[in-house]
Amino acid sequence: MSSATKASRIGEELWKTRVDKVNAELVTLTYGTIVAQLCQDYDGNYHEVNKQLEKMGYNIGMRLIEDFLAKSNVGRCANFRETADMISKVGFRIFLNIAPTVTNWTSDNNQFSLIFDENPLADFVELPDDGRAQDELWFSNILCGVLRGALEMVQMQIEAHFVSDVLRGDDTTEMRVSLVRYIEDEMPPDEE
Amino acid sequence: MSYYFTILSPTDVPLFNIAFGTSKSGGDGIARFRFPDTAQYMNQFIIHSSLDVVEEAQWMNGNMYLKHIDTYPPASAYISAFLTPSGARFLLLHQPPQLPSNSAGAGGSMSGSLLLGSGGSSSRASASSVAANPTSPQTEEAVRQFMTEVYENYVKTVMSPFYRQGMEIKSSVFRGRVTAAGRKWL
Repeated sequence: MSSATKASRIGEELWKTRVDKVNAELVTLTYGTIVAQLCQDYDGNYHEVNKQLEKMGYNIGMRLIEDFLAKSNVGRCANFRETADMISKVGFRIFLNIAPTVTNWTSDNNQFSLIFDENPLADFVELPDDGRAQDELWFSNILCGVLRGALEMVQMQIEAHFVSDVLRGDDTTEMRVSLVRYIEDEMPPDEE
Repeated sequence: MSYYFTILSPTDVPLFNIAFGTSKSGGDGIARFRFPDTAQYMNQFIIHSSLDVVEEAQWMNGNMYLKHIDTYPPASAYISAFLTPSGARFLLLHQPPQLPSNSAGAGGSMSGSLLLGSGGSSSRASASSVAANPTSPQTEEAVRQFMTEVYENYVKTVMSPFYRQGMEIKSSVFRGRVTAAGRKWL
């Protein structure tokens, strides 16, 4: 519990002092346009759109972690639970000013859910009414990629996907994050 | 009181329309126009014919809400208009229910409340409704509140990345919110 409160204090402090703000609608409309354009480019193949969004997020995450560490100046997390608090209370706080709830841990502490009470990316959005988008498109899928990219750079291979989204008519927006493995530092093969 | 509400694009393409009845004073929210069900296009005729008046009135002052701008006496249809800065027109046609024929004249609403039977309930509902008199200040105010609420929701709807400018508004969420605004104010 203390790691969560500590993380949320760090997040608040950084949000107030170190973060440049932009207009939320700029972010929302820019992201919305990207998704809408992808949907058009892939001709309504929403599985492909999800995949592309994840890939874009992955590329963002790999750089974003550098910015995150530079701003927050936090050290290595002791365990995956602490990582989860860092993601929710510091990461999401400084980049999107939200703090999704961390919950639904599995007993081996390797899987958790992030519940998004609010999602700035999805303001104003209504999914296309073509009978498929509601079942196939994960509008905010870029976030999954961001987490995967960012954590990979700090030696954690994870898998993240959305399991529900209020845009689809679900009660909550929930992302499931599971730790696959810690990537060990490996010696280059021919250095002995 | 029955209402027909429509949104027109700056190039006069209908983007959205809905018909509903009053929910005030025991109204059930169902539209009962004076035309037979087969002649509902009359509403569209009347509402579109008021566009000339709207275009004349829209530069007269800086207000977005133009109040009651046109009347079509044969059907006692009253039309209120609201403009958005981007040129979309919100038009609301309101039509008071037909009073029983024997209650024509000054005492119409009084005798209506004393009547029993089928005609009685509808005219009683209209007598105390905000819109019993379509040109009264209370009605103007109620319509203004309605238009403002619809405008807020309209802005949110057109901000959706999947909505393209000039496209028909098919969103069921928007329809639901307009219905709710109608229930709340009219």
